[in-house]
Amino acid sequence: MPTDTLPNPEKSPERSSGELIRLEQVTKRFGDNTVLDHLDFSVDAGKHVTLIGPSGSGKTTILRLLMTLLKPDEGTITVDGQKLFPATEKERREVRKQIGMVFQQFNLFPNMSVLRNITEAPVTVLGMSKDEAVERAKGLLDMVGLADKCDARPAQLSGGQQQRVAIARALAMRPKVLLLDEVTSALDPELVAGVLDLLRDIARTTDITMLCVTHEMNFARDISDQVLMFDSGRVIEAGAPEKIFSEPEHDRTREFLSAVL
Amino acid sequence: MKWDWSAVSDFMPHFWDGLLVTLQILVLGSLVSFGLGLVWALLMRVPSRWVTWPVGVVTEFVRNTPLLVQLFFLFYVLPEWNITFSALTTGVVAIGLHYSTYTMQVYRAGIEGVPVGQWEAATALNLPMRRTWTAVILPQAIRRVAPALGNYVISMLKDTPLLMAITVLEMLGEARLFSQQNFQFTEPLTVIGVAFIVISYLASLALRALERRLAH
Repeated sequence: MPTDTLPNPEKSPERSSGELIRLEQVTKRFGDNTVLDHLDFSVDAGKHVTLIGPSGSGKTTILRLLMTLLKPDEGTITVDGQKLFPATEKERREVRKQIGMVFQQFNLFPNMSVLRNITEAPVTVLGMSKDEAVERAKGLLDMVGLADKCDARPAQLSGGQQQRVAIARALAMRPKVLLLDEVTSALDPELVAGVLDLLRDIARTTDITMLCVTHEMNFARDISDQVLMFDSGRVIEAGAPEKIFSEPEHDRTREFLSAVL
Repeated sequence: MKWDWSAVSDFMPHFWDGLLVTLQILVLGSLVSFGLGLVWALLMRVPSRWVTWPVGVVTEFVRNTPLLVQLFFLFYVLPEWNITFSALTTGVVAIGLHYSTYTMQVYRAGIEGVPVGQWEAATALNLPMRRTWTAVILPQAIRRVAPALGNYVISMLKDTPLLMAITVLEMLGEARLFSQQNFQFTEPLTVIGVAFIVISYLASLALRALERRLAH
């Protein structure tokens, strides 16, 4: 990785301790429904954190807040020492450069070829030359096993292939943080393994910080350094996957795991 | 009633002149309505009442008053404020403006039909707002609504004779002039009637071909 990922103690003291993401007292309401209730948590650089919990417990909301698709009602969110909330839209644009997201529904741009889906943002956002962007995109397509699909339209690909393109598209921006929002939930069962294997590879071979909402508990166990169990907008239990999955302390965690495993 | 082929051949030179003018009105009027309609649709999305309110009032007013009244207004009232255009230009502006208040609704539906996930993906990739519109949202929105826009072109074709009222010699104007000079009404009116059917039919064929292409 380039040197600009090294900590800069003068600018951001938090970074020297390895902390990349920090949520403080974050509250998010939808109408009368409080989805996140004064939530505090932080993620260290390079860690893979999985958020588990019943639906409606606020896991996806956290990813969407970090991607600035939602705004918190209260609290502060910091990424890499820079404020994401509260901040101006201009400041948010800067911070957002460090964050990539892969969605449940892939959300590829159907009006663009696979290759252009991947080169679009590097060219228009990072100002990369077209040749360089194409080269990077082809490298990534090779990595996700779709080197022959450059000129295809997203609609011509299977769900699993589309999701692998979406992962390549996110990685093309070289984010420090990758948010994975139930990335296999919309896939046919036989296509899930290919996507999860790819993510395992990425987790193993890169130092990207990953925040992952998933119902694939085996996958969570494999890749996670830390698992956070959510219930009603709060983290009720956190720990290494071995601990959470084998000897959960909290009753709610036990109930949840016995229901999904 | 007697059908006189020599009247048809006498009328034909005038017919071609009129056809050319009708097609000019149709093409230029369509372009004005497509462009202006998109501008209205985008302005209506500006998150400020100071923009959406006046745009809403103006377009609502134009949509709900007759095109003929608007033609007269632009042609006879504007010159009193020393704004003068040729009859054809005035007609094109009027018909384009009138139809833009319909195409704006078509664009709106198209823009709202783009899945929210497309906006989210654009945000996640940090695309600037302008680029999100031009590279992601509008190409998808316009693709969805191209057939509906095409229907308004066919509608507009049938309104082009209204421009006769402001002295534009399009097909109907030529036919009327010829009829009054020669006291032969059947032949010229039949010729232009057939011409309208042929143009509409060709336009709808082109539209269906476009729809088929967009479906893939």
